[in-house]
Amino acid sequence: MKRIIYLVSALLLAEAAVRAQEPVSFSREIRPILSDNCFSCHGPDELQRKAGLRLDVREAALKPAKSGKLAIVPGDVRKSELLKRINSSDAGEVMPPPKSHKVLTSAQKQKLRQWVAQGAKYEEHWSFVAPSPVKVPSVRRKDWPRNPIDQFVLARLESAALKPSTEALKPVLIRRVTLDLTGLPPTPAEVDAFVADTSAQAYEKVVDRLLKSPRYGERMAVDWLDAARYADSNGYQVDRDRELWPWRDWVIRAFNENKPFDQFTIEQLAGDLLPNPTLEQRVATGFHRNHMLNEEGGIIAEEFLAEYTADRVETTAAVWLGQTFNCCRCHDHKFDPFTQRDFYSLKAFFHNVPERGVGIYANPIRQNAPPFVKLPSPATEAKLAALNGKLKAVNGQLTALTNRSVSGVEEWAQRVASAVVKWEPVSLLQASGGDQPPVIDASASTLEVGPQETRPNTVKLTARLPAGRLTALRLECGTTATSASFQWSELKLGQQKVRAIAWGDSLASGETEKVLDNDRKTRTVLAMKPERPVHAVFEFEPALAAESGREVEIEIGVENAGGPSRWRLFATDLQPDLLTPTAVEAITRKESAGRSKAEQQQLAAFRIAQQPDHRKLNDELGSLKKQVTAAENEIPTTLVMEEQKDPRPTFILMRGAYDKPGSAVTAATPAVLPALSPEMPRNRLGLAKWLVSTENPLTARVTVNRFWQQVFGSGLVKTSEDFGSQGALPSHPELLDWLAQEFIRSGWDVKQLLRLMVTSATYRQASRFTPALRERDPENRWLARGPRHRLMGEFIRDQALSASGLLVDQLGGPSVKPYHPPGLYEQITAGNGYNTYVPGKGDELRRRSLYTYWKRSVPHPAMLLFDAPFRESCTLRRPRTNTPLQALNLLNDPTYVEAARFLAQRMMKEGGSTEEARLTMGFRLLLARPPAPAELKILQAAYARAHADFTKDPEAAKSFLAVGSAGYDTKLNLTELAAFTTVASTLLNLDETVTKE
Amino acid sequence: MSLPSLQNELSRRHFLSRSATGIGAAALASLVNPRLFAATQPPSFAPKAKRIIWLTQAGAPSQLDLFDHKPGLASHFDKDLPPSVRGEQRLTGMTAGQKRFPVAPSVFKFQQHGQSGLWLAETLPHTAKFADDICVIRSLHTEAINHDPAMTLLQTGHQIGGRPAFGAWVSYGLGSENADLPAFVALISRPSGPTNAQPLHERMWGSGFLPSRYQGVRFSSGKDPVLFLSNPPGITPARRRAMLDDATALNRLQFAEYQDPETQARIDQYELAFRMQSAVPELADLSKEPADIFDRYGPESKKPGTYAANCILARRLAERGVRFIQLYHRGWDQHNNLPSGIRSQCHDTDQPTAALLAELKGRGLLEDTLVIWGGEFGRTVYSQGVLTKDNYGRDHHPRCYSIWLAGAGIKGGQAYGETDDFSYNIVKDPVHIHDLNATALHLMGLDHTKLTYRFQGRDYRLTDVHGEIVKPVLT
Repeated sequence: MKRIIYLVSALLLAEAAVRAQEPVSFSREIRPILSDNCFSCHGPDELQRKAGLRLDVREAALKPAKSGKLAIVPGDVRKSELLKRINSSDAGEVMPPPKSHKVLTSAQKQKLRQWVAQGAKYEEHWSFVAPSPVKVPSVRRKDWPRNPIDQFVLARLESAALKPSTEALKPVLIRRVTLDLTGLPPTPAEVDAFVADTSAQAYEKVVDRLLKSPRYGERMAVDWLDAARYADSNGYQVDRDRELWPWRDWVIRAFNENKPFDQFTIEQLAGDLLPNPTLEQRVATGFHRNHMLNEEGGIIAEEFLAEYTADRVETTAAVWLGQTFNCCRCHDHKFDPFTQRDFYSLKAFFHNVPERGVGIYANPIRQNAPPFVKLPSPATEAKLAALNGKLKAVNGQLTALTNRSVSGVEEWAQRVASAVVKWEPVSLLQASGGDQPPVIDASASTLEVGPQETRPNTVKLTARLPAGRLTALRLECGTTATSASFQWSELKLGQQKVRAIAWGDSLASGETEKVLDNDRKTRTVLAMKPERPVHAVFEFEPALAAESGREVEIEIGVENAGGPSRWRLFATDLQPDLLTPTAVEAITRKESAGRSKAEQQQLAAFRIAQQPDHRKLNDELGSLKKQVTAAENEIPTTLVMEEQKDPRPTFILMRGAYDKPGSAVTAATPAVLPALSPEMPRNRLGLAKWLVSTENPLTARVTVNRFWQQVFGSGLVKTSEDFGSQGALPSHPELLDWLAQEFIRSGWDVKQLLRLMVTSATYRQASRFTPALRERDPENRWLARGPRHRLMGEFIRDQALSASGLLVDQLGGPSVKPYHPPGLYEQITAGNGYNTYVPGKGDELRRRSLYTYWKRSVPHPAMLLFDAPFRESCTLRRPRTNTPLQALNLLNDPTYVEAARFLAQRMMKEGGSTEEARLTMGFRLLLARPPAPAELKILQAAYARAHADFTKDPEAAKSFLAVGSAGYDTKLNLTELAAFTTVASTLLNLDETVTKE
Repeated sequence: MSLPSLQNELSRRHFLSRSATGIGAAALASLVNPRLFAATQPPSFAPKAKRIIWLTQAGAPSQLDLFDHKPGLASHFDKDLPPSVRGEQRLTGMTAGQKRFPVAPSVFKFQQHGQSGLWLAETLPHTAKFADDICVIRSLHTEAINHDPAMTLLQTGHQIGGRPAFGAWVSYGLGSENADLPAFVALISRPSGPTNAQPLHERMWGSGFLPSRYQGVRFSSGKDPVLFLSNPPGITPARRRAMLDDATALNRLQFAEYQDPETQARIDQYELAFRMQSAVPELADLSKEPADIFDRYGPESKKPGTYAANCILARRLAERGVRFIQLYHRGWDQHNNLPSGIRSQCHDTDQPTAALLAELKGRGLLEDTLVIWGGEFGRTVYSQGVLTKDNYGRDHHPRCYSIWLAGAGIKGGQAYGETDDFSYNIVKDPVHIHDLNATALHLMGLDHTKLTYRFQGRDYRLTDVHGEIVKPVLT
């Protein structure tokens, strides 16, 4: 270690010595020192400013401070108080003060002194100055550069006396570029074709093929989904589903169609404000509906509207401007010249959306919070039109039936009034189901259901019915809790068809039917008190004959139970048309003359509804309604931006608090940046056009830097999310500016930009460290070698699926649920049905990872363990860690165990007949190159050992092969397959496999 | 990152890297993570606590029915809370529309306990035996009034997600004492009673912008205490060992070729994963605990995944040197039926909590373990919904609530801070969550103003720009 420190410092000192003669660069050398150590008290934030001294602006810095002293006297190091204070040994005087825990190094102090001596020149922060035309530098070594990128890189290398690395071997190169542009490994055939192609343009041909692949859009979308904080759930505590995948698919299409980045920007920020916007352009605006949405009970809408709009401001500023605007939500920025007014002026662009601020928890899950658009397929539209036609017709018939007069109402009413209903108790024999099994009491008449918190639950009951003919069954539900609410979703009585005919207390007619509709999602909430049981009467259709079986299986679907509830059952042989709800019965007991008109109508309506023809039509109506609902539920919706007619007023919020409005602001772009042209509208469209205008110094730089980061692993500006004064300086400033200008010149052509990067000699270098490089440039900032870094979690999984032949390459569509550790949701989320993760089936298990359902409170571990963000806010750079939990995931997740098995099958079926050929095949499927002799030897020994081992333990082989749902080819020798599977699993876990080499 | 943990990390790497790599362990560590050196700061003072056990009571337990004794409320039964007391406190949408704010005195009797005479409600008979060990802070306050922002603030010092959890900061600051276990472990339990279990969020034990190696690892009660810990069926530990040896042999060749320290780090991580495969099940296996242990923690402790079982696990984790052990027990959100809800929650938590304190004390661990018990905010003195003599509900209340601390460096047997007669406002010694966190870090030997991490150009802290150490609660 000491040696490294020594070397690094020697290097720094040598450089410093050279530079001592050179003029000090404010941007490169001074601003970072001042920003990091001084600006938080002497910077742009007026409220925090101490001693009346401001150092980020020259005129202010040269003025006397409150004390009357001059911090900086250009050219005069003795009169400059700043230099005195930074060198002071008095704790009360020294700057930065000890309390700040900031300490200047002597090199920094020296630098500041030199700067003052040279006249204390200021420069505007580099990223706020529009790039000026850059001359491509000349280099000594003429044979290396393939395009201008290489000249910039080589010039820098030559100035540091470093040499570029040799070109990577062809298999390595094609794997690198295929992973970078599609997120998948190349097939052995693609590798062979490339190796065999000796033409000068062989590599360029590969690149062009990859850029045309639909897989390209999928790969490119992943980084953009992080930036846009895309997820399939609303976030916060409740975190229910939302629907925004049509926007995600828009992104994939946009990349595949190579939509120019300026248009890509305009449509996502303001597609709805374009003249005659297409549905596609409106879908694109989902970008700024990706923020979280709080559905928690009791929240204050204004508070969360303030959160969502702030999120839009911060995301916009980070993605397009590379600025940390979150700082100026509460106060002026401490390091960069952005004010709190700038923040809220930007917010005004995003504040006119007709949104409520809170989700509606009572809404069905998956129902998006307005505004949203529906995206029905033509087939669904046709189906709905047909169903609605039928529905109208049946409704008409039913109205006609209801309006006819029926005779005999009075006679029937008298029979109801005088009927004596005898309810015989049903004996309960056996009960099961639920976390806490239901209990039958000693008299066999009452069933007590404990509280079920964790999941939808079915209580199964065997009951003995009383003797004789039976016409109806009554269920009674009560509680011992002082008050309780309880959800009842289903009732099933063996094969017996039943119809709800009467109900009482907290049950209404529509609700009784909800328990018969065979749909667990529709429920009735029973609010109960001990003294007030709820009851419902169901008619047997047809009646149970006396000789029919007396034992019946009853199923009661009980959802999230709020308190212990008791069930009792009774049966009767009374003629069922005499069984009525309490309210109807009360009317029948009145003298006919004493009934009001409304009561008479109610009575007649109930009588009519009992008639067979009415029942038949009613059933038909119910069935049609269900079909309409089902068809409507099939229609995807997607969240969009819209503009309110009357703009909401926007205020500066003091300390960022929603309930502390200060002065009003109108939509405006940040004052320090080039102004928004007066011809532009002061709305999102104007803002979007301003972002991609040629005068904007940031957008193109920030964007090309992010694409560079995607390909080279790290941006030219390492802090790709922060181009402000606390951000890193560009490693190759001229290259960054040249690329930005080239990008604009090309018409914001993303594919062209990527092509330029990946066809450069810089990109094509081998990625080996050499001892010299490891010491001089461990982070590869100077690019004397090719990029080498761990793949994102998505692509590690995609690669495994692809190489094993399991990958389903369907483009787009609703998110899917692959394998998932059981019980993960239940332990963390609320205990409701929708919070159970139900893995998909078949193809859904094997789609590309960007289609995996993303729940913000519990993101899929295959992604989260590999540093994926929660997608709660904009993320522009993922960390790349290396942890034991990742190892466990790749070793033991059924996804990878299954992929290993299928990889083994390919090795056996496609690899040829020899063991060597088969092992080589597996190696090539993942790593593109064939194994070296030493590697092959290890693989052969591994296979031989596993084979011998499984021969002795065939049961182990069998259970190992049974993991997952995809099965295996039973024609293969099981012992061999199991042995190859262990080797394949090892291959999937290699450092080289999870790494872009 | 402080020096001791760095040395730990180095020696661990050194132990693993053997010599085949040809690269010094120290250089390796610095290359893998140059930040380790950048952030190096030795502890400013001797730590009192080596570890924290945070018994998080999610959903917000009512201070009025557990800790904050207000005998005067009896005479205010069903009278409106005076507007002067309520002041400008914002209300949640759940009670903002209520016509009245009737005062609901606690149905529970309070008694003084121990030599110190600490007041506690009858719902906590077991905890009461430790009255002289615990310090109740009755004047904690927060800004958030909804669960998610409040829990996020409690965990990360900020209402909006994205910052590291307390445990992640400690893990970052001090590293792990055990080479086979993570430094930060989270354990979750559900209530046994019929109550509303507020959902949690993986971010609550997440590492925020810190590297994810510092994130909390959640141990669950299922087949795999840690995600993907078990080998697939048919793969015995011996087979796994052999497979890992193959992978390591191949990775070594790769390392020799490419010289990337990440490759060496990956070899190490696979070794650590292998060790975790035996260390974690051994840890999670309670079957060898003597029978009387389960008697102490109560009948629930035999059921995996309960708060009681998690308390036993907490002790085992503490014994094995895990730095930050965070339990979450859900179900404290008593908007209605509070008396029965609190009884049920106390049934779940009181005995096991006391048993944990007793065991820590008995084994000499309480001296260097800081135990914290509490939730994300308090509850209102007025009833949400209908108030009767024996039933009421309480809405969220951020202005004051109670938690307690015990163990390393804590002056037990005292109540710190005071609220007004309605437990609605703090009248003496307010303690903000930032102050609590600053104090806890202080006990761990970390200066909360120095434990920083540079993100987006700013040096972030757990306590943001706030936090004062609450000295009177310290010995």
